[in-house]
Amino acid sequence: MKIPIYMDHHATTPVDPRVLEAMLPYFGVEFGNAASKSHVFGWRAEEAVEAARAEVAAIVGATAREIVFTSGATESDNLAVKGVAQFHQGRGRHLVTCQTEHKAVLDSMHALERQGFEVTFLPVGSDGRLDPGALERALRPDTILVSVMAANNETGVLQPVEEIGRITRERGVLFHCDAVQAVGRVPFDVERANVDLASLSAHKLYGPKGVGALYVRRKPRARLIAQMDGGGHERGLRSGTLNVPGIVGFGKACALAAAELPAESARLLALRERLRRGIDAAVDRVTVNGSLEHRLPGNLNVSFAWVEGEALMMAMKDVAVSSGSACTSASLEPSYVLRAMGVPDDLAHSSIRFGLGRFNTEEEVDWVVELLGRKVKKLRDLSPLAEMAREGIDPSSVAWDHR
Amino acid sequence: MAYSEKLLDHYENPRNVGTLDKEAPDVGTGLVGAPACGDVMRLQIKVNGEGVIEEARFKTFGCGSAIASSSLVTEWVKGRTVEAALAISNREVAAELELPPVKVHCSVLAEDAIKAAVADWRRKQGGATGAEDAAAPAAPGGADGGPRRP
Ligand SMILES: Cc1ncc(COP(=O)(O)O)c(C=O)c1O
Ligand code: FES
Repeated sequence: MKIPIYMDHHATTPVDPRVLEAMLPYFGVEFGNAASKSHVFGWRAEEAVEAARAEVAAIVGATAREIVFTSGATESDNLAVKGVAQFHQGRGRHLVTCQTEHKAVLDSMHALERQGFEVTFLPVGSDGRLDPGALERALRPDTILVSVMAANNETGVLQPVEEIGRITRERGVLFHCDAVQAVGRVPFDVERANVDLASLSAHKLYGPKGVGALYVRRKPRARLIAQMDGGGHERGLRSGTLNVPGIVGFGKACALAAAELPAESARLLALRERLRRGIDAAVDRVTVNGSLEHRLPGNLNVSFAWVEGEALMMAMKDVAVSSGSACTSASLEPSYVLRAMGVPDDLAHSSIRFGLGRFNTEEEVDWVVELLGRKVKKLRDLSPLAEMAREGIDPSSVAWDHR
Repeated sequence: MAYSEKLLDHYENPRNVGTLDKEAPDVGTGLVGAPACGDVMRLQIKVNGEGVIEEARFKTFGCGSAIASSSLVTEWVKGRTVEAALAISNREVAAELELPPVKVHCSVLAEDAIKAAVADWRRKQGGATGAEDAAAPAAPGGADGGPRRP
C-alpha cells in the first residue's frame, strides 16, 4: 500500500495511464492545429478531435455534433447559463437554479442578476435533494432556463434530473445540467433526462485538467450566445485553438469510463459501504450528510461531532480528503451546501468528504478506518464540546460568543 | 499549506490538556469562541496567593492552529503573574507558531481565552474588575466560570 492515500476524487482524479498513453503523440509528432485545413498535420489533428468528440458524445447519449469543447466545466457552466440568458432575454428574464449548485453556476447566476435578470435559488431538503414540485411551482411565463446539477460535488447527492427534465420539456423551458460529477460514475443520458445543455469535465473522470465540454441539444435546438469571440471554432460557440492532446485524453477517458462503469460503480459502492460501516463501528456520533440512497457510489460525506474537520484532516495527513469546515476556507464560512441542507454549523465544521475512485483498495479503506478511529478519539479527548456533552450540557444552551 | 515544526509539535503533542475544577476559588476559566464558528477554546488557570499562575489546562475544538495556539499559551502563562499573562498578545503567539495569515484569528482566540480566564478568576477574588474584563466582555464564561445558561 502506498502512502499518501488519495480519497478526494470529487476534487480531481489522476489521469488513467491508458489516457496518458493516448495523449502523448499529440504533444509530439501529432502537433497539428485541428483548424488547419490545408495540410496533413491539421487533418490528422482534426481526425483525432472528431474521434474524441464521438466518444464524449457517446457517454451521455448525444451525437457528436452536439458536443462543444471548452477549457473545463467552469467555462461550460458560464457558457450555458450566460449564453442562454443572453440569447433568450427578449422572451424572458427569469432563471431557476438550486442553492447547492457549483459556484460556476451560482456565480454566473449572480452575474446575470447584476444585469437585471431575476433568479430563483431553490432550497433542498435535509437529504440534499430538490423537490421537483417546488421547481414546477417556481416556473413562470418568463422563465427561460432551469439549471440543476446531476450530482453534488460535496455530498454526491443525485438530483431527480429525469423528473426535472420532464417538467422543463413540458413547459418549454431549457434545462441545463452540470453533470460533471455524475458522468462516468452513474448512468447519465441526455435523452432519458430531457437535458438541453450539459456541462462535462475531463479531469473528474480520469482525463486531463483544463478540458471539458458543453452538450448543446440540436433537436429541439438549444440556442445560446458564445461567450468567447474569435476564430469561430466549435461552430461559433467557442472560439480558440482546440487543446488537441487534452481533447484526445478526454475522449479516451470517456470511452474507458463508459465501458467500465457498471463494474466500477458496483465496486465503488461496495468500497464506500465498507468505509461507512467501518467508521460506524469505530466511532460514535457520526452522521452522514445527505441521502445515502440517492448518492454517487464513491461518495461519503460525514460529520464527526465535537471534532473540527481541518484538525481531523491534519491528524490524517497521509489521507487526502476534504472538509466543509470554515477553517479550510478563507471565507470563514462553513460549506454552503451543508448549510442549505440544514446541517447545523458545528456539524458542518466537523464534516469530512471522502471521494473514492478507480484506484482505491479495500486495504486502503481499512487502514483509513483504523486511523480515523484513533484520531477522532484523540481529538475528542481534546474537545471541550465532547466534555460538555458527557456532562450533559447542551451546547445550544450556552450563550456563545459569536463573532 | 506548510506548517512550522513548532506548530506541528504542539498539535501532535499538546501540552496541558485537561480540566481543572471550575468551582474552585483559585481557578479561572475562560471559554471563548462558538461551535457554530468552528472554534471553541477553554483555558483554565490556577492562581496562587501571590497572583502567580501555577497551573494551566486547555481543551479546544478547532483547527490545528487553534489547538497549537492554546497548547502554547498554557506553557507561556505558567509561572507568570496574572498581569504578565495578560500581556501576552496574539501577535507573539502567531509569530512563535509562524501562523499563516488566514490562521491569525486562531491566535486571537488564545489571547481572548487568557483574558477571559483571568477575568473569571478576578471575579472570584471579589469582583475586582478592571480593564481586562472590559477586554473580554462577550466571553461566555458565566459568573462561576462555567457556561452561562440563558
Ligand atoms: C459540479 C462541478 N461543476 C463544475 C466544476 C468545475 O469544473 P472544472 O474544474 O473543469 O472547471 C466542478 C469541479 O470542481 C464540479 O465539481
Ligand atoms: S479554528 Fe478555524 S481556522 Fe483555526
